[in-house]
Amino acid sequence: MIAAQLPILQIVIPLMAAPVCLILRHAFAAWLLSLVVSVVTFAIALALMIQVFDQGTISYALGNWEPPWGIEYVVDRLSVFMLVIVAGIGALVMPFARQSVEQEVPAERIYLFYVMYLLCLAGLMGIAITGDAFNLFVFLEISSLSSYVLISLGRDRRALTGAFNYLIMGTIGATFYVIGVGMLYMMTGTLNMADLAQRLPDILHLKVVEAALAFLLVGISLKLALFPMHFWLPNAYAFAPTVVTVFLAATATKVSVYVMIRILYTVFGGNALFDMLAIDEALVAFGMLSMVAAALVAIFQDNIKRMLAYSSLSQIGYMILGIGLGNVAGLSGGIVHIFNHAIAKAVLFMAVGCVIMRVGAVTIADLAGLGRQMPMTMAAMVVGSLSLIGIPTTVGFVTKWYLIEGAFENGNWLAVAVILLSGLLAIIYSWRIVESAYFQDPPAGRKEVREAPIAMQMPMLLLAAACIVFGVGATWTMDMVLAAAEALVGPGEADAVAMSKSLP
Amino acid sequence: MTPETAIIASLLVPTIGGLLVSVTGARPNLRESVTLVTASALFGLVLVAVWPVASGARPAVTLLEMFPGLSIAFKIEPLGATFAMIASGLWILTSVYAIGYMRGHHEQNQTRFFAYFAIAIASTMGVAFAGNMLTLFTFYEVLSVCTYPLVTHSGTAEAKRAGRVYLGILLGTSIGFQLFAIGYTWFAAGTLDFTEGGILDGKITGGVTALLLTLYLFGIGKAAVMPFHRWLPAAMVAPTPVSALLHAVAVVKAGVFSVLKVTIYIFGFDILATTDGNTWLAYIAAATVVIASLVAMRKDNLKLRLAYSTVSQLSYVVLGAMLATSSGALGSAMHIAMHAFGKITLFFCAGAIMVATHKTEISQMRGLGRRMPFTFIAFGIAALSIIGLPPLGGAWSKWQLALGAAETGQALLVGVLMISSLLNVAYLIPVAVCAFMPVPETVASHPSPSRGQAAWHIEEAPLLCVVPLCMTAFGCVVLFFCADTLYAFLQPIVTGSAP
Repeated sequence: MIAAQLPILQIVIPLMAAPVCLILRHAFAAWLLSLVVSVVTFAIALALMIQVFDQGTISYALGNWEPPWGIEYVVDRLSVFMLVIVAGIGALVMPFARQSVEQEVPAERIYLFYVMYLLCLAGLMGIAITGDAFNLFVFLEISSLSSYVLISLGRDRRALTGAFNYLIMGTIGATFYVIGVGMLYMMTGTLNMADLAQRLPDILHLKVVEAALAFLLVGISLKLALFPMHFWLPNAYAFAPTVVTVFLAATATKVSVYVMIRILYTVFGGNALFDMLAIDEALVAFGMLSMVAAALVAIFQDNIKRMLAYSSLSQIGYMILGIGLGNVAGLSGGIVHIFNHAIAKAVLFMAVGCVIMRVGAVTIADLAGLGRQMPMTMAAMVVGSLSLIGIPTTVGFVTKWYLIEGAFENGNWLAVAVILLSGLLAIIYSWRIVESAYFQDPPAGRKEVREAPIAMQMPMLLLAAACIVFGVGATWTMDMVLAAAEALVGPGEADAVAMSKSLP
Repeated sequence: MTPETAIIASLLVPTIGGLLVSVTGARPNLRESVTLVTASALFGLVLVAVWPVASGARPAVTLLEMFPGLSIAFKIEPLGATFAMIASGLWILTSVYAIGYMRGHHEQNQTRFFAYFAIAIASTMGVAFAGNMLTLFTFYEVLSVCTYPLVTHSGTAEAKRAGRVYLGILLGTSIGFQLFAIGYTWFAAGTLDFTEGGILDGKITGGVTALLLTLYLFGIGKAAVMPFHRWLPAAMVAPTPVSALLHAVAVVKAGVFSVLKVTIYIFGFDILATTDGNTWLAYIAAATVVIASLVAMRKDNLKLRLAYSTVSQLSYVVLGAMLATSSGALGSAMHIAMHAFGKITLFFCAGAIMVATHKTEISQMRGLGRRMPFTFIAFGIAALSIIGLPPLGGAWSKWQLALGAAETGQALLVGVLMISSLLNVAYLIPVAVCAFMPVPETVASHPSPSRGQAAWHIEEAPLLCVVPLCMTAFGCVVLFFCADTLYAFLQPIVTGSAP
């Protein structure tokens, strides 16, 4: 009974919990509710994943109104992959959040923090699960608006300007998206993604449709901070409370990447579209540019959060490159990087949160001597850094492997070189952390530093272990991702599929 | 215990040993015992695993599937077996030596040292037993990362700088070149398994073959082919046990071992015969041999001189591999063994000298032989092995390499081998000989008052340091007489792929 209603429960539970938090007005009660809701949401996501493995794609009609007139929730392999990632990060962030939020958010606003967090969670989950283009916009706005508030709750006054900047850019992005959807509605008469996919091939050549695609892509690129529309991200990540950075860095931009995959592959037909318009080449170019330029800027940052923010921009470039490669291997690389980067970045930002909790500061120089004083936190940071570099046995290597494979299949040797180059640049910017933590003595005035509280360490160490476990035995994730990619790329890629698995 | 279980165990045991070391740090004697027990257990396990190889068996086991279609798999063949036996056997001796050295030198952070040492050996076993290129690459990278704390052990600014060079070159070459090559190999061949005769036959053309081989050669930075050799001298900032085992035996041998594996089991001699690329790479290796020897002659710091000597000797192995003939490959494989024993002895001596006298520059070591005769005699023996004179093991591997070079008609390469032997004499023999020369100001510097000229006031390094170096020097002699056993053991690596 409940099993059939899981798709809607996935959204309703966090969504309805938000006003309850508002009513509760008590910091601890709000946190507790958020923790419970996050865990329940994660459980639902896992249950949905099992259902999808058993039955294949789930289609759920909201209110029993049949699509294409009614709103439809479609849970296929890619959607459920996103749901599990977002819900999982949410569930892990909650234990971490209690003390971190107490330290970084003014006490009288903490319950508001959790209200906004739940709304953001509901919004992100909604984007991942919906099969209706306009419904996606609704959830996009829910998650965006709540994230603007979350960012502005930081102690640093620049959080306000960072949030405002993000608000402007994000609203432009969402508006472009809805303009694009509106144009498509005008041309096809439907908002349902599957229905659009059926009707668009006939009218793909029309200028209006091309314009609609352009609006959609630019709008989403703003949301996912694709170079050169990335300017809002470093400030937003740097000045937000660390929990917000952990959560958003691991989920918000990834969900926008998911939206791009949906638009390009599900709605517009993927390679059929790429045959007509060279969108894939543009994506590959922008992806490569992001990967290198952002990594170069990261090398010169002193503020750790800004450095990691630019690192995120670089990693987003990997995902866009994967999407642009257009074959199963490349797209799998991009999709699995959603997962791999989510856990690696979450580890890194959680470690930063632990450091801020104990030392109170954020520059790389402030890490001096922490290798000895906070060994577990720094070890987690090293694991996260190794994953960004892409050392085998970490998750980062899995992404690299598939992206390289996809690039070779396209004959794109330049892309391979750029992928490897950005890994080398990652060595430079992340090794500064290692050197500061392990080779410098603690500054003279610092009081004795203990490790972070257990509640903050556990999620961080769990994710660090996950970086290694899923890096060594990536078959679990890759089976799901390869299946998703094959479904998206389409039947014409049978040869590529054969190449990407070992020959008997 | 089956060989297959022994393979997995030989990876687990040092790792667990390393973890145990890290928790027994408060009781040094217990911690040292853990290291020694682990090292002995590992050697035993390796023997169990490689025993069937002599009779033609190839124990293989798959650990887990990393990607769909690609696994972390192990398969032992004679080359890997030899490497594993050398590394694990010498680990026992190095552990004994390290205990003497670290205590004699009053080093800090000994727990961290012994723990990471164990993990580094575990990675080395992974490289030695690798059954496909992905497994080899994985453990190769893990080896680079887990030796970083060992190289930068002292924590000084100099160590940090050296660490940057070390990791920068090793990771830079492996990610920039080797991964490129591996990715392309997977794309072109559809498999990465080490197979007799290679996996690229018919899959790639001549020009691409040469390019791919170049990418592999420079990508395997641990082989220290110029210009990617600077990490080796930089790593000399590490404590001498690290330099001895890792940078004379484990890390550098992992590099040249990988080069040999790639040449024999990924490319195969047939496909290399279709391209000229390997000849050019052989010349680059030859240039490295000569240039590194010339630089070694100019170094006064003993460890730096030995580092450049290692660079030079490694390129012997690379040279042999690039010849793409049976004799060349066998010569290379034998040289891995011979050089390991010779070089580790030399480094052991350098460390013993440092502990006993705090001297690091060769110009200061005149007359030290009278204080440390065992050390310098061992040094002399090992030097003769490196030079390639009978009755030391190095003679056979040099002979085999020269044979291989002559077979391909490359007179220049034969000449390079001969010249480098002379250069080896020039930079190694003076160290030993000067040590036994009388020091002019004997009466003033020696505490023993009577007949200062002839007084042999023996004040060696701690016994734990001296015994291992004598044993490895003896090993050089033993290898001379056992060379044919080694040759016969290694023969199968080329019989499947000889042109």
